[in-house]
Amino acid sequence: MNKTTCGRLAAAVLLVLSTPLVAHHGAASFDNEKTLTMKGTVTEWLWANPHCFLKVDVKDDSGAARVWNLELGNPTDITPAGYRRTTFKAGDQVTVTITPVKSGAAVGRLRSVVLPDGQTLPRQ
Amino acid sequence: MKVLAMRRACTLLISASVGLAIFSMVTLAQAPAQQGAPPGRGGPPPVPLSQVTWEPWNNTGLRAIPQNVEPDGPAPRRDLTGIWDPARGGIGARGARNPAPLTEWGQKKGGTHKSGDGIRQVPADQINDPLSTMGDPGGYPRQLLFELRHVQFLHTPQSVVALFMWERRWRVIWTDSRQLPGDPDPRWYGYSVGRWDDDYTFVVNSNGTDERTWLDNAGNPHSSELRVEERWHRISEKRLELTVTLDDPRAYTRPWVALDKVQFVQIPPTTDLMEMMNAASEVQKVAEQFKEK
Repeated sequence: MNKTTCGRLAAAVLLVLSTPLVAHHGAASFDNEKTLTMKGTVTEWLWANPHCFLKVDVKDDSGAARVWNLELGNPTDITPAGYRRTTFKAGDQVTVTITPVKSGAAVGRLRSVVLPDGQTLPRQ
Repeated sequence: MKVLAMRRACTLLISASVGLAIFSMVTLAQAPAQQGAPPGRGGPPPVPLSQVTWEPWNNTGLRAIPQNVEPDGPAPRRDLTGIWDPARGGIGARGARNPAPLTEWGQKKGGTHKSGDGIRQVPADQINDPLSTMGDPGGYPRQLLFELRHVQFLHTPQSVVALFMWERRWRVIWTDSRQLPGDPDPRWYGYSVGRWDDDYTFVVNSNGTDERTWLDNAGNPHSSELRVEERWHRISEKRLELTVTLDDPRAYTRPWVALDKVQFVQIPPTTDLMEMMNAASEVQKVAEQFKEK
C-alpha cells in the first residue's frame, strides 16, 4: 500500500463517516472534496421543505456576476443552528463557504455563512 | 521494514481520520450551543430532559435522546398518550436498515426508482421521488421509515389516533376488534388495526398501501400485498420504543425488520411543533434550484 492509496483510503473513511449528518438528499451531486468560500449579495432566501435555498450573486475577478443556488437543510433542522425565515433579505452582503456540485453549475451545499453583522451560522 | 513502517503510518492516518470524522460529527451536533445560537426549541444534547427550554411556538424538538429523563416513572398500563420525540433518530435519509433481498418483481419495480439518497442515489436533477419532486404524500409505511419525527397519540374508546409532525398526517388505528379489509382499495396510508399484546406493548397491523408510494427514502419498493406490524413498547413513563416488521412476499423474499427499537422520549404535552411538510409548489421550486446553471 503506497502513500497515495493510503491517503485515498483515509479520505474515503473520513467521507463515509462525515456524510450521514448532511446527506439528506441529492448527495451524489456534490463534490465533497471541494470547498469554496465566496463573498456575494443575497438575491433570494427560500425557506421551504424539503430544503432551504440561499441565492447569492457572486462576482468573479473579471466582474462578471453569477448567481449561486446554495442548499441548506429543512427549516426544522436548521432552526436550532440559528436560521429563521427572516435571517436573510435581498441585498445582504454575506460570505458563504460551500461544497459545489460536480457538474460545474453554480449550485452548492452551504457549509457556513457569515452574516452582515459578522455572526457565523453553520449549515445546521 | 519499510512496508511495516508504511502500514503503521497508514493505520495512524486512518485512525486520525476516523477520530477527526467522529470529532466533526460531535462538533456539528453541538454547533448551535458553541455558536451561541438561540437556546431552546429543543436545545442541544446532552441536556437533561428536565432542563430543556421549550418555546411557546414552533419547537423543532430534541437533537438527541437525553440520557437523563428524570423524573421518570413506571409505564402506565395500556396507555400511549402523549407527544413522543425520536430526536432525529427516525430521519432515515438512506432508507430502511438491512432490507431483505428483492424478488424479481421487487427488483423490476425498484429499478424504476431514482432516489436522492441510499442505494439508488442519483444526481439531484435526475431524482424521481414522488414525495420530494412532486409533493405526493409520502404514504405508509414510509411515514415510519423516513422523517419519522414527533408522534402524538390520542386514545378514544374505539381507536388510537396517531398525529405525525412530518407532513402533518394522522392515522386512525382501530381498536374495536374489527379485522383488516380482505380486499382493500389501496390508500396512501393504508388501513390499520391495533391491540395490546401485553399491558405495555401496542401492536398495530396494517395493509392496503398504495403501490405508488416508495417504502423509504432509498426508493425501496413495496407491493399492495405489503403487511406491516408496528410494536410500540412503552418502557417507562417517559420512554417508548418502536419496532417495525415488513412482510411483502411479492417484493421481498422474506419478512424483515425495518426499524429495530427506535427510541422516543415524552416531551411536555404543551409543546407546539414547527410545521414540516412538502408543499407541492415549494417542492417544485426547490427541485428547480438544482437544474439552474
